[in-house]
Amino acid sequence: MFAVVQFPGSNDDRDMRFALKSALAVEAALVWHKDPELPPDTEAVLLPGGFSYGDYLRCGAMAHYSPIVAAVKRFAERGGPVLGTCNGFQILCESGLLPGVLIRNHHLRFVCELLHVRVEASRAPFTSRARTGEVLRIPIKHGEGAYTADAETLDALERNGQIALRYCEPDGAVTDRANPNGSLRNIAGITNEAGNVLGLMPHPEHAVEPSIGGVDGLAILGSLVDAVARK
Amino acid sequence: MKALIHVTVKAEVLDPQGKAVQRACQSLGYAGISDVRQGKLFEIELDADSEDAARRLLEELSQKLLANPVIEDYRVVSVDD
Repeated sequence: MFAVVQFPGSNDDRDMRFALKSALAVEAALVWHKDPELPPDTEAVLLPGGFSYGDYLRCGAMAHYSPIVAAVKRFAERGGPVLGTCNGFQILCESGLLPGVLIRNHHLRFVCELLHVRVEASRAPFTSRARTGEVLRIPIKHGEGAYTADAETLDALERNGQIALRYCEPDGAVTDRANPNGSLRNIAGITNEAGNVLGLMPHPEHAVEPSIGGVDGLAILGSLVDAVARK
Repeated sequence: MKALIHVTVKAEVLDPQGKAVQRACQSLGYAGISDVRQGKLFEIELDADSEDAARRLLEELSQKLLANPVIEDYRVVSVDD
């Protein structure tokens, strides 16, 4: 069973569940932020986008101390796959499961657009359905998505192959022009060192239907489904 | 007791909001405003046995919640009875 966590202010929780069900035939349980434990049969955890706890203080800062995030941390430390999109990425950074932080878009505007990201490495559990270097077209929608970390951390991410996705041109070129928010080194998504936790600002759950812009989100969600099925 | 904690964006981290405020100052005609950094000031009421105990608690609170050490610094500005 997949688990989608609901915080007060989450707004992509049902979209995520719908995407898994309609495009990948995977059932996901909605898990409330006050629950002290994940369901015992949880195989993967998804932290959805939204504005958990109103984004008060800093995006993701309050969610970090909700009971369910302690359970998600334990799940991740046992090697369980955890995927956070948008606000979920912010929560993963604030809770220390991923390094760095997402700050206000450098131009201060909320961005909502379909754009391109390059898959930096094809690997389980999150990108095995894509080729290394493949360009995916996936939407973003956020006001605070500028990935920020000190140079030492960024170098370590590069060295360890933890950068999963970068904002790019349609042909895959990583340029300043393709960077929608000021993220350092065009980072759109990173994993932890073990590779079982992914945070990304783009929304794969919003790219699963040809009629609303494409199905490239399945490269990520489908990879996770494959990884869980192989276990 | 009452305490004040000041949280600021680290000098080496870009502060897009501060930059926008600085540009607004310029466009209002305050040409001499060359930089603005925007932080947060927390006014906290708390019970503690001593100022030392209060400061220890406030340090812990700042590190855990009020500031994100990746991008922010904090300073306990004052603790008063």
